[in-house]
Formats: sequence, C-alpha cells, structure tokens
Amino acid sequence: MYNLSLYDIRKGLLSRKFSSVELTKLFLDRIEKFDGLNAFITVCADNALESAAQSDKKIADGSAGELEGIPLAIKDLFLTKGIRTTAGSKMLENFIPPYESTVSRKLLEAGAVFLGKTNMDEFAMGSSNLTSYYGGVVNPWSRDKKLVPGGSSGGSAAAVAGRLCVAATGSDTGGSVRQPAAFTGTVGLKPTYGRCSRYGMVAFASSLDQAGPITQTVRDAAIFLRVISGYDENDSTSSRESVPDFESFVGKSLKGLKIGIPKEYRIDGMSDEILKFWEIGAAMLREAGAETMDISLPYSKYALPSYYIIAPAEASSNLARYDGVRYGFRAKGVSLNETYENTRAEGFGDEVKRRILVGTYVLSAGYYDAYYMRALKIRKLIRQDFQSAFEKVDVVLTPTTPNSAFAFGEEPKDPVTMYLNDIFTVTANIAGLPGISIPIGLDEQMRPLGLQLIAPYFKEELLIQAGSALEKSANFPTLKEIYHELH
Amino acid sequence: MNYIETSSGKWEVVVGLEVHAQIISRSKLFSTASTEFGISPNENVSFVDAALPGTLPVINSFCIDQAIKTGLGLNGTVNLVSFFDRKNYFYADLPQGYQISQFYHPIISGGYIDIENENDELKRINLDHIHIEQDAGKSIHDQSPTKSFIDLNRSGIALMEIVTKPDMRSADDAAAFLRKLRSILRYLKTCDGNMDEGSMRADVNVSVHRPETEYGVRAEVKNVNSIKFLTTAVNFEVARQIEILESGGKVDQETRLFDSSSGKTRSMRSKEDAQDYRYFPDPDLPPLILEQSRIDAIRETIPELPDAKASRLQREYGLPRYEARIISSEREMADFYEKALSGFNPDKDLAKLLANWIIGELFALLNKHGKNIANSCISPENMGELVTLIKTDVISGKIAKDVLELMWSSRKSPSHIVEKNGWRQITSMDTIENSVKEVLADHTDKVAEYKSGKEKLFGFFVGQAMKKTSGKAYGQMLNEVLKKILDEEETSVQR
Repeated sequence: MYNLSLYDIRKGLLSRKFSSVELTKLFLDRIEKFDGLNAFITVCADNALESAAQSDKKIADGSAGELEGIPLAIKDLFLTKGIRTTAGSKMLENFIPPYESTVSRKLLEAGAVFLGKTNMDEFAMGSSNLTSYYGGVVNPWSRDKKLVPGGSSGGSAAAVAGRLCVAATGSDTGGSVRQPAAFTGTVGLKPTYGRCSRYGMVAFASSLDQAGPITQTVRDAAIFLRVISGYDENDSTSSRESVPDFESFVGKSLKGLKIGIPKEYRIDGMSDEILKFWEIGAAMLREAGAETMDISLPYSKYALPSYYIIAPAEASSNLARYDGVRYGFRAKGVSLNETYENTRAEGFGDEVKRRILVGTYVLSAGYYDAYYMRALKIRKLIRQDFQSAFEKVDVVLTPTTPNSAFAFGEEPKDPVTMYLNDIFTVTANIAGLPGISIPIGLDEQMRPLGLQLIAPYFKEELLIQAGSALEKSANFPTLKEIYHELH
Repeated sequence: MNYIETSSGKWEVVVGLEVHAQIISRSKLFSTASTEFGISPNENVSFVDAALPGTLPVINSFCIDQAIKTGLGLNGTVNLVSFFDRKNYFYADLPQGYQISQFYHPIISGGYIDIENENDELKRINLDHIHIEQDAGKSIHDQSPTKSFIDLNRSGIALMEIVTKPDMRSADDAAAFLRKLRSILRYLKTCDGNMDEGSMRADVNVSVHRPETEYGVRAEVKNVNSIKFLTTAVNFEVARQIEILESGGKVDQETRLFDSSSGKTRSMRSKEDAQDYRYFPDPDLPPLILEQSRIDAIRETIPELPDAKASRLQREYGLPRYEARIISSEREMADFYEKALSGFNPDKDLAKLLANWIIGELFALLNKHGKNIANSCISPENMGELVTLIKTDVISGKIAKDVLELMWSSRKSPSHIVEKNGWRQITSMDTIENSVKEVLADHTDKVAEYKSGKEKLFGFFVGQAMKKTSGKAYGQMLNEVLKKILDEEETSVQR
C-alpha cells in the first residue's frame, strides 16, 4: 500500500478501501522503522493520527478536500503553527511558530495529514543535506555505502523515495527540489517564481526561493502543485496568474511540441552516462510525437557564478534577523555586540556562515557594482536567453545534475566544486522559470539519474505534459529494499 | 548676505536638513498593526514587525498616497516607478536586521518650500528628494543597570524622509523651514508634526566657510527634536566649527549627537567608523509602479496651502501680511477665521480686528485651557459676533475680554452675555451728561484745582464718571462730554 502514488491513495481513500488512520499508522511505522535514514527532524504522530481521524469523518460524510487524509511530509522550512520549525539550524532548534505558512495552510485546508517535518540543509544552503544541524540524511537508494539524498530538500526527497510519506513539500532556490529528486529517483517540480506564496517559508534568497512538490509521479506533482499554487495577499511577489488544472495535461499528446536541447549544458567532466540518458530522453520525447532541436543559451555559463552572488547577498540580509533578541537560540554576551557575535557564531553552521560572509562582501561599498550589479545584469541576460529560446521551442530538456548521488565522505571537499551540483538547475531560479526533474534511469552503480524540463513562465502544464511522456517511456524502477543501517 | 562676523573676518553658514516625518496612517507601512501612540509597550506588534521567520512586507497603499500627496504639496515630482531598498545594520530595536527604505530610486524627486526671513524676504529652500521608509523600534536603557528593554510599537511605522539641498544659511533659516514644513504637512494631513511625540524629527547638516570659497566640511547632528533645539544645535555647531577653524584646526566629517539638556553636540562616530549599510533592492517588494491617474486624483484632494491662503486673505479681506501669515500658518485657524468672517461682509478694519483677537485673546484662552482651535469652546460664529460688537461700539474692548471669558465657560453667544449682564455700552448722551455733572458737583475742590491748571485731574473725573456707570459708559463719548462741560464751566466763570 505504501508504494501507491498519491493519485491511487486518494482513490483508495475515497472508495474506502483503507482509512486515513490506517494509512497514517502505516507511514508512522515506516518512519520509525527507517529512522536510520534521518529523513525527519520532527515527527508529529499524535497530530497526524488526530487529523487522519478527522479526514476519515470528512470522507465518510462526503466533504473530503482535494488531499483529504493523505499523509504528507513538510520540509522543515515551512512554518507550521504549533509545530517546531528549525530550518535545519541550531538557531531555530526550539522555535514553535505562531502561524502557518501559506503553502502548508493550503495543504491542511485540502485535508492533508502532516506526518512530520523533514530534514534539510541548514537554511536550505547545501546540495547534500550534510549541512543540517540535525545530521545528514541517507538516500534510500544506498547499497554498499551511504549516499547523500542531495539537498537542500534531502529529507523530503528521501522520505518520498523511501515511501515514508506519500509526497512532500520542498523548496527550491538553486535546485533544492530538483537535485534531490534526481538523486532519489523522485519527481521534483519547481514552479514559476511567484506561483506559490513564500509567506511562512524561512527565507534563504527571496528573489529565488520557490516552494515545490516532491512526489512519486508526474501526476502526483500536478495534483499537489494545483493545491499549493495561487496569489496570496501576504506575499507581494506572488502572482495573480490563474491556476490551470495541471493534472489534465498528464498523458496529453506531444504532437507539435518543440523541445530545445541547449548545447551549453554539455560541460566538461560530465559523465557519459548522463549524456547517454540525455540523448535517450530526447529520443523518448521524439517517439512521443515531439520535435527536438538544438538551441543555444549562451549566458547559461554565467548562471552559477551570478547565483552565488545574488543568493548569498540576499541571504546575508535575510538571516540578519537571527540575532538572539526575540526568538530562537541566544548565546550570552556582556554587550549587545558580543551577544550577536556569540549567538551567530554558535547558532549558524559553517556553510551558512560562509554564505553570509560572501553576501556581506558582495554588497559592501566598493564591491556592490563589481559583483552584485553585474550579477543582476547577467540575470537579465539569462532571462533574455530563455525568452529568445522560447520563441523557437516550447520546453527545454537538460540533465538535472552533472552526476549521480555521491557517498558520505566522498562529497567534494571544496565548496566551489560542491556548488557545481546546481549548475543545471540554477538557471531556472535565476530566470524565475518553472522546471521539473523526472527520474530517467539508474547509472551503473544503480544510482538514480534525472532529466530536467524547463518551460516558459506559468507554463507548468507543459512540464506535466512532457514530463509524463518521459516518465512513461523511462519506466523508472521501483525501489525494492532500503538498506538504512549502513555505516 | 547673512554672514557671521568674528575678529578674523566673515563666515558663511550652510545648513541642510533631513526631516523624518511620521506618515499619518492607522496601520504601519508594511503590516496591519496599529500605529496608535501611547499604548503599552509591544502592544502594536505584528509577526511582520517582530520579523518572525517567513514574514513578508506588504505595502500599505494609503501610506503611498500620503507620500504622493506630500510630494505634490511640496512641489516635487512624483516618480512613476520607485523601488524599496534594504539598509542593513544590526541593532536590538531593528528586528529584521535591516530597514526597508528607498535609497536608489525614491518616490519623490525635487520640490521646494518658500520661507520668509526676519526681513520678510522670500527665500526658496529646495528639496533633494522625499523617500519612504519604516521606523525602528525603541530601546530603553534607563530602567535597569544591567538590562535594556525593547518596545516594537514604533517598529514598522511609515516615515517620510524629507531631504533638503544645503540651501539654508542660518539657524533662523532652518527654524523657518521646519516651521513652514510642519505647517504644510499639517495642512496636507500627512504628518501631525508633533515633535514632542517624535512624529517629526530632524537631522541637521552644518558647515561653515569663508564667503566666496568652497563649502566647509559638514557635521551631521542627530536627535534634534524641537524647533528651539534646532536653533540651539545649529548655533552651537557654527560656534564650535568657527572656533576650530580659527584656531587652525580642521572640522571632522562626523555624526554628532545633540544633547538637549546641555544644548551642546558631541561626537557620535567619525567618517571612518561610518557604517556600510550595504543597500540593495528589497527582493520581497516589487517595484512601486504608480498610475498617472492615481497621482491626478490625489492632486485633486490637496487643499489650499498656507502661502496661497495668506495671499488670498491679504487680497480678499485686506488683512496685513503679518496677520495673514499667522492666521494661515494653521489650517484650523484659517478655517476658524474665515468661518467667523462668513456671517457678514467684513471691512478691512474688522478683518484685522478679528485676526488680532484670535491671535491674542483667543490663543491665550486656548493655551490656558490646554486646547487647540479645533476643539475650542468658542465657535467661530460667536467670535465673529464678538468683534462686530466691539466694532459697532456696543461694547468696549475691555468689556469684550470679560465677555470672551464667559463665552468660553458658558458657550453662549456674546450678545446673549452682554444683554444678560447689562454690559451694553452706555451711549445715551443724557445718562453720560448726568453722571459727569454729578461727579463735578461732588468734587468742586478738584474742579477748582483743574481750572487752576492741574489738567491731570481730567483722568480722575473720567474714572469717577466711569464708576458711576459701572464701567459701561462709552469711553470716547464720556471724554467728549466731560471736556465740553469743563470748557463750558470755564467760559461761564470767565464771563
């Protein structure tokens, strides 16, 4: 039963094949059983069972919401009222939010059951989940050695891949939904910037952050996305664009659809296997009726460097509020400045400190024009790149990552190489475009690989349409067994 | 030119102001929390104001309208596109760790205010720009030796920062500017201008230089929160800087703090210690894009402003410039004045008489009772009636003061009070003649002294005759009658 998709579980619940309480118990048991994956920071069993019981009543009296009774996991970056929300940081270890994020509120209003809060890189800064104050997450696809699930939504991706929940929320600032989805053989969708409200999401980089679902199937992503999308008066950057029925694009013919293959995404050091799957993916889309063509996105190579200016700059400012004055962790000091220094020195991990330092530097007088302003110019050029590409094609196809999941201890030791994990995903964030990662196959080491589709603004339905065709042809294998007690 | 002269020669003073004016609005700039003043600490604090994780600013469009109105009222250009920027610094009363402001592209560019100096010369003070920003909270350090307390009620309240060009040349210029600015903002109802409540605060930049040379190095003085302190602060800075320069030193470019108890400024931080605020566009807020139609609609709501009103009062009622300026310095006063005049067709003298009675007597009463003209116990209609009674000799100015007091306490009309108390001035020739004759008959000795040249006694006879009429005799008439009778007696004696 735990292997069922969200779509099938919803059918089962509505036809009363099983109850939400049964389902919730099943997943809570699995969370306990596979505790070694460290996918959750906080499990809220009592809350979950209580809301499952309520959902069962609603299903019985015919007032079920769109996600009624479906057990989900929530990335620990979404504020959940009354449930501890840490953002993977010591800074918020004991922070109990007094309000609900818009995304999680919409899920609750649709009847979803929250199993718990998933592990993540600290303040969503990382591509491995290794920067979490609560320890790394183990990728359920690990065999002989512990693999990372990717990041920053590593806990959510691992929970979905390991079937510890039906689906989960993630957030994507530079690839934090799509990269872990690719590493764990799940579907990860980053919507257009502004599609989902950021209200109540712990901010990393405000102009890039976007919530998104991590699911087992493309159809599940479509169902999930529709629930969390829409304008929110609490977020001035959220869009009033109407929200289509994404699910109706599942399985829709690709006839007449043009797929662009950007040559700039062939980079040095990319594995042959990735290149092979990229070609296979293109062939699958052709077989499904689409036309593929080579395109050029010349400024893409500047996306990563500009991302690592813009994101830290915004983060350095966004994280200034964690000062130990009003909430969260506070270390003692004899003066205000010393309290700040001690609080932030002890409360933040190394990667967060590194990005705050970088961000502070690039915004400093004398460097602002050289770094930040130039990064904004490149951002504009990258947007223009895509705009001209989308005059010729409907969707762009790229690999999601340049490599598959790496093992604990084998992660790149210098941060810049680590940042290369995001090289194919950051462009969508920089441009604000929607992207999806679809599991395409396993490499020789039996590690999942994903392909990425990028669509024009507010055209997520094209991702669903093309993504469901890829998914169908790829026939990605189901995970048979979880070796979670690796060392 | 307005130079300061010392033993070493002439100095020219240059002053520029940055005025923080709290926007009148029921809720804060980016949150729905109330802006009510004087409530208990941390009462008006939303999740946004406390900068909880995940909170986002949502612009209060009324505050934007208020800023547009201010810009138009101060003759500025409203920019159709402006942006919000973050000013980053750490302080315990700044919950976000940054202040949302407009650094690169403010909502209003340019503008000016005309001031008048002591010689009634018109002087134009140009504005650089006006931008919108959020206020910080308050740190309270004097409640405990070891702890500081934070009150976030003010955190997030909308401010306008009105930045002038360095166009002022004296403390008086600066004071006149601030008074005029406050008057206009109050007319516009965009800022209440209450400096003692902190809803208007000024930072002042002061430098001195020799005439015909480049401007000197300026010091910025913070925490100037009254017009009197502004004058004190500028004068202190001017004296301090001249003394430094005359003894061969150099003025530091620095930020200084004004201490209102000593009237002095002291160094707060030097240019080297100046903070790098790392301004950058706030990614949580889209560009502020304004429709021309919105600006036009706001323009329609701008009332007649003090300068225009003063000119019209001069033109329409023949009011002298001085009175016209005082009456029009406050919208409520000008409204009161015009309403008081509206009952009749006033001549020039009456218009001036009314102005003087408002500026003098009514204001004294308002001050005494701690009220302002808007909640005065005396209606404009009654005030108009009172000066008409004076003007038409129904009562004397002296009696009118008593009438005014009673008008305040009883809220009755002046004619009612005059009738009830029998205070109508006596203008009957017979009555006045009788009382004069009685007085002269009672004091034949004094009359004799008067006639032998002690003319000072005339006043004594007036006083006695007044007493006989309980002070109600029409003074001018009494004088004439007395003089006539004394003259007559004299001629009759000679004859």
